[in-house]
Amino acid sequence: MNKIVEARFLAPEVKLFRIEAPKIAEKRKAGQFIILRVHEKGERIPITIADSNPADGTITIIVQGVGKTTRLLNTLNAGDFILDVVGPLGKPSHIEHFGTAVSIGGGVGTAIAYPTAKALKDAGNYVISIIGGRSKDYVILENEMKQIADEVYPTTDDGSYGFHGFVTDKLQQLIDEGRKIDFVLAIGPIPMMEAVAKVTKPHNIKTVVSLNPIMVDGTGMCGGCRVVVDGKAVFACVDGPEFDAHAVDFDILKQRNRVYRSEEEISLRDLECNYDKMFNEELKKQKEQ
Amino acid sequence: MAELTPKERMAIPRHKMPEQDPNERIKNFLEVNLGYDEETARREAERCLQCKKPACVAGCPVSVKIPDFIKMIAEGKYKEAAAILKEDNALPAVCGRVCPQEEQCEKVCVLAKKGQPVAIGYLERWAADWERRTIGLQIAETKLKTGKKVAIVGGGPAGLSCAGDLIQMGHDVTVFEALHEIGGVLIYGIPEFRLPKEIVRAEVEGLKKLGVDFVTNYIIGLTETVDELLQRFDAVFLGVGAGLPYFLGVPGEHLNGVYSSNEFLTRVNLMRAYDFPNADTPIFNIKGKTVVVFGGGNTAMDAVRTSLRLGAKRAIICYRRTEAEMPARIEEVHHAKEEGVEFMLLYAPVELRGDEIGNLREMVVQKMQLGEPDASGRRRPVPIPDAIETIPVDVAVVAIGNGSNPIISSTTPDLKVNKWGNILVDEHTMKTNKKGVFAGGDIVTGGATVILAMGAGRKAAAAIDEYLKNPDLW
Ligand SMILES: Cc1cc2nc3c(=O)[nH]c(=O)nc-3n(C[C@H](O)[C@H](O)[C@H](O)COP(=O)(O)OP(=O)(O)OC[C@H]3O[C@@H](n4cnc5c(N)ncnc54)[C@H](O)[C@@H]3O)c2cc1C
Ligand SMILES: Cc1cc2nc3c(=O)[nH]c(=O)nc-3n(C[C@H](O)[C@H](O)[C@H](O)COP(=O)(O)OP(=O)(O)OC[C@H]3O[C@@H](n4cnc5c(N)ncnc54)[C@H](O)[C@@H]3O)c2cc1C
Ligand code: SF4
Ligand code: SF4
Ligand code: FES
Repeated sequence: MNKIVEARFLAPEVKLFRIEAPKIAEKRKAGQFIILRVHEKGERIPITIADSNPADGTITIIVQGVGKTTRLLNTLNAGDFILDVVGPLGKPSHIEHFGTAVSIGGGVGTAIAYPTAKALKDAGNYVISIIGGRSKDYVILENEMKQIADEVYPTTDDGSYGFHGFVTDKLQQLIDEGRKIDFVLAIGPIPMMEAVAKVTKPHNIKTVVSLNPIMVDGTGMCGGCRVVVDGKAVFACVDGPEFDAHAVDFDILKQRNRVYRSEEEISLRDLECNYDKMFNEELKKQKEQ
Repeated sequence: MAELTPKERMAIPRHKMPEQDPNERIKNFLEVNLGYDEETARREAERCLQCKKPACVAGCPVSVKIPDFIKMIAEGKYKEAAAILKEDNALPAVCGRVCPQEEQCEKVCVLAKKGQPVAIGYLERWAADWERRTIGLQIAETKLKTGKKVAIVGGGPAGLSCAGDLIQMGHDVTVFEALHEIGGVLIYGIPEFRLPKEIVRAEVEGLKKLGVDFVTNYIIGLTETVDELLQRFDAVFLGVGAGLPYFLGVPGEHLNGVYSSNEFLTRVNLMRAYDFPNADTPIFNIKGKTVVVFGGGNTAMDAVRTSLRLGAKRAIICYRRTEAEMPARIEEVHHAKEEGVEFMLLYAPVELRGDEIGNLREMVVQKMQLGEPDASGRRRPVPIPDAIETIPVDVAVVAIGNGSNPIISSTTPDLKVNKWGNILVDEHTMKTNKKGVFAGGDIVTGGATVILAMGAGRKAAAAIDEYLKNPDLW
C-alpha cells in the first residue's frame, strides 16, 4: 500500500497526487508510468509518472477523472492509501539534443508531456510548450511549464484564455511563421495526436506521441495493449508507450479503446449509485488495515 | 480387514471422480471435480499392487513415493500419506489436479495395460485436501537460521517450491512478484473450476508462516535489477515463467473481441471479470455469443470452458491437427466435450473479419489434412486446396503458446539466453552463467508443466544451499 502525502485539484476533474513509492522514485525516467489499483476489486490502470523526488521517496501523478477508477481515485486525499502501485513501466522517452522541441499537451496530456519536456530542456533543447484545454479552467501546469520551457502558449477551444483555437492551429502558426522546429512531442486525446501527426508530416518534423491503449498487467504478458506501428503489432507497455507519430495506426488504436464502451458506462453508473458503499465502507476498511 | 490378494486388488474397478453435472457446472465457476470421499479413496488405494519396482515412480518427474503414500491412505493414515507426498512434491493438492497423469505416473502404472491405472492423481489430491481441510497444512520444521539471504523472482510454482525448500534449510527467503497476487499461472491462468484459488492461497499462507517474505507489485528488471538484488542477497533464483503471448499473424487480429489466452484468462481469474460490475475489470460481453478458441492445449481448454461459464451460446475449439495431437490433459478434453464444446479439428484460421465499428464478426478457416511426418515425428497438417469456410464468431481467443518475457534478459545483459530468450542453465544445478544466479521453470524450458517447474525449483534450492556454504567453489 502506498500512502498519499499530497493531493490537490489542478483543474475540474484533474487531480495531482504525491505518493510514497521510494523504489519507483529512485528508478523512474521521463516517459515511464505506473499501474495502480485503488481497491480490492479494482481495475489496474496505467498513469504516467509526472515527477519524482528520490530524496523523500515520492512520485507525482496527475489524474483526469474520466471513468470509474479515475473518479474513485480522485476522491482520495492526503493520508489515504492506494492499494497497489507497480513500476516504473515502459521505455523511458528517447531524449537527445534535437535543437528546437515543441511539447504539445492536450488536457491531462500536458501532465504526461511535462516530464519529457523537462528532460528535453535538460538535454539542451530550446523548448516551446503548447498547453491545450477546452477553456481556461482546463489549462493545467502552466506555471510548471513556464519554469522549464522557453516559450509557453496556452490555447483554448473557446478562446477564454490564451490562443483561441486548437493546439494544432498554434503549431501550424509557428510553422507558418517560419520557426525551425526539429522535434515535436504530442500527448493528449487520440484525435489530437493524429491531427498533430498530420500537421508535421508534410514538413518532415520528427514527431513522437505517447499512446494510451487499455492495459492489464503492463509487463508484456497479456498483449491487450497491442498497437500497430509501421504495420507491425507491438506492445505499448513494454515497447512504448512513445512511438513515431507518423508510423502509428490511429484507427486501430481508436477502435480498440472503444471495446469496453458499454461496460465503462455501467461502471460509472455503478460508481454514482454505490459511491457511498464503495468509498465509505471498502476504502475505510482498507485505511484501517 | 484382511490383506487383499493381488487378484482381489485387480478385480476392483478404477473409481470414477464424482463431478458436477455438466448442465449445472457451466453456469458456475466452482470446481468440476468434487473429489473422492474417504471410503472411495481407501477403496481406490487398495487397488495399488505395491509393486517392488514401481514403474509409476519412474513416470513421475519428481519421483513421488507413490506406493508408499497410497499404502498410508489404504491404512487410514492420512497425515502420513500427506507427509510422504510433501517429501517430493511441495504442492500435492495442485499437482493431483493439474498434472498430465496419463502421460506420467498413471501412464506407466502396471495396471494401465488394462486401461485402468490406479488413480494416482485423484489419491494425491485427496490426501492433500484431507490435510488442508482436516488438520490444516502441516508446517515442516526449519533448520537453524544460516543468516544467508536468497531472493526468489516470480511467485509461480518454480519460485514457490524453491522458496519452500530454502526456508526449511534455514535461509532467509524473499519472493518478488510482478503482479498483485502470488501464484503465477496457478492464479492468473488456470481457472477456479479446475484449481480453486483457495488451495494456492493456503499454500502461500503456509510459506508465510514458515517465514518466507512476499513482496508483490515488484518487477525485477524494472523496480530493481538482478545486479542490484545481488548486492543485498547472497543468491538469486529466477522463476519468471514464460509469459509473452504469441498471436496468429492473420489479418483482423486486432479487432475488438480478439484476445490472447493470457489476457482473457487474466481478466477473468486474476481480475475477476466474471463478477463485473462488482469487480471493476470488464470482459467483452459473451452472453449468447459464439466464441472460438484457437489451440489444443490446457490453456485452450481453460479458455473455451471459461467462455461457456461466461454465457457463450456456442463455444468452439479450432485446432489445426487432430485430437490425438492435442497437448491438453485428456480429462480436460473430456470435460469440455461433456460441457458442449464443439471441436473443429484440422482447421486453421486464415483471417478474422469485423464489422464497420471493428467488432469481430466472422472467421475464415482453412480445412487441413495430415501430410508427411515432420521433424518431431508428428504428421504435419497441410491445407486442402480450396477448402475454405467462413463461420460467424463474436469472440476469438488465441491460445497457441507463449514466448519468453524479455524484461529480465534485457536488463541483465550478461545473463546467457538462447535464441528464444530462454535462460541457459546447467541442468543438474540450474545455475546460470552468472555467479549466484539460478533459474528454473517455464523461463528455462519454455511453456511446460507445473510439476516440472516445481521440480526445477527444488533442484535449484538444493544447489543454492550448496552454493551458499562455499560460493568460492562455484
Ligand atoms: C501509458 C499510459 C499512461 C497514462 N497516463 C495517464 C495520466 O498520467 N493521467 C491520466 O489521467 N490518465 C492517464 N492514462 C489514461 C488512464 O489510464 C485512463 O484514463 C484510465 O485507465 C481510465 O480508467 P477509468 O476506469 O477511470 O475509465 P474507464 O471507464 O475505463 O474509461 C473511460 C474512458 O477512458 C477511456 N479509456 C479506458 N482505458 C483507457 C486507457 N488505458 N487509456 C486511455 N483511455 C482509456 C475509455 O475509452 C473511455 O472513454 C494513461 C494511459 C496509458 C496507457
Ligand atoms: C491456462 C494455463 C493452463 C495450464 N494448465 C496446466 C495443467 O493443467 N497442468 C500443468 O502441469 N501445467 C499447466 N500449465 C502450465 C503451467 O502452469 C506452467 O508450466 C507453470 O506455471 C510454470 O511455472 P513457473 O513458476 O515457471 O512460471 P509461472 O507460473 O508463469 O510464474 C511466474 C511468475 O513470475 C512473475 N514474474 C514474471 N516476471 C517477473 C519479474 N521480472 N519480476 C517479478 N516477477 C515476475 C509472474 O508474474 C508470475 O507470477 C498451464 C498454463 C496455462 C497458462
Ligand atoms: S506429482 Fe504428478 S506425476 Fe508425480 S505422482 Fe503426483 S500426479 Fe503423478
Ligand atoms: S505401478 Fe501402479 S500398481 Fe504398481 S505401485 Fe505404482 S501405482 Fe501401484
Ligand atoms: S498491458 Fe498486458 S501486454 Fe501490455
